[in-house]
Amino acid sequence: MKIYGVAVLAACFLAGKLLGSFLGYLLEIDGDVGGVGFAMALLILINTIAQKKDSISENTAQGILFWSGMYIPIVVAMSAIQNVKAALSGGWVAVIVGVGVTLACFLLVPVLSRWGKLNTRSRP
Amino acid sequence: MNIEDLLIKNGLIFAFLFVGLVMWISYWISRNLTLGKIPGAAIAITSGLVLAYFGGEKGIASYPLFAGMAILGGSMFRDFAIVATAMGASYTEIRKAGLAGVLSLLIGIMVAFIMGGLIAYFAGHTDARDITTIGAGACTYIVGPVTGAAVGASSEVIAISIATGVIKTVVTTIMTPFMASRIGLDNPNAAMVFGGLIGTTSGVAAGLAATDVKLVPYGALTATFYTGLGVLLCPSLLYFIIRLVVPTN
Repeated sequence: MKIYGVAVLAACFLAGKLLGSFLGYLLEIDGDVGGVGFAMALLILINTIAQKKDSISENTAQGILFWSGMYIPIVVAMSAIQNVKAALSGGWVAVIVGVGVTLACFLLVPVLSRWGKLNTRSRP
Repeated sequence: MNIEDLLIKNGLIFAFLFVGLVMWISYWISRNLTLGKIPGAAIAITSGLVLAYFGGEKGIASYPLFAGMAILGGSMFRDFAIVATAMGASYTEIRKAGLAGVLSLLIGIMVAFIMGGLIAYFAGHTDARDITTIGAGACTYIVGPVTGAAVGASSEVIAISIATGVIKTVVTTIMTPFMASRIGLDNPNAAMVFGGLIGTTSGVAAGLAATDVKLVPYGALTATFYTGLGVLLCPSLLYFIIRLVVPTN
């Protein structure tokens, strides 16, 4: 049943958020640290194990894949609720810093990802 | 019987319809007017930002008619859908990029903080609290205000830091599909590094979605740790270092 997939996804989501909030509590930060990351790791783990045992049914997977497919529409909605007016009215300091930092980070991507590849190659 | 009342009462459902229409128009424009050169997702996401401009603090959701957009585009559904994309991620790919991913997080925060702080300093914000807050805003629009509140910055500076973070998100969203081929952003390894360097989960996720949906889980995986790490480092260690160099007024 599709709801099984949605339920598994919800369980991973909540467990990840719980772990993230707990980490935030330990670090004395009000909020969750990497909750989504933990949830994703958990889902990948469950998916890998289930595929090995061939125990995940097509319908269950569909329940998760539906939400994965809703991702872009949700991002469109998210873009539509940003405070774009404030972003543009924060003055030229905000614009220069925002654009400059983003471009600098873009340019660092090839540098670091090359390093990542070299690193994995040297480690058989 | 008023149709507007009906749509407000069923806000989330109306948001499904509205986003569906935006997507349909965007993909139509992509196919027929740009001959597929600009991805439909990129047009749809940019349209979202343009629509947001005509709203207020909550973008288009500032109008009661579009309040449902705040639920559909809010952090709960966003995070739920991001986690769902992990179904398409491969564990071995993630392990391969592991160390580069962690390193990109630290470098990403340092570069944003130092560059943001320097520009702020030369723009006349010479107080250590202001430099720290604007530098933190260059991380993400959450790190900025959290740091500003912690170090006791003025609300004007906090507003600048939020604006800085939002601009970073907007620039990332729009520029990623155009920069992707130039910076080799076409594999899981590069996507993880990208997520760690840029850090704004919404920008990374939206930018990657417009580039290649298969890369979303990898970028999101690292980006999700960025804000937490930024909130941890900016008001403590990094503020301490700034105070050694610059005095507070």
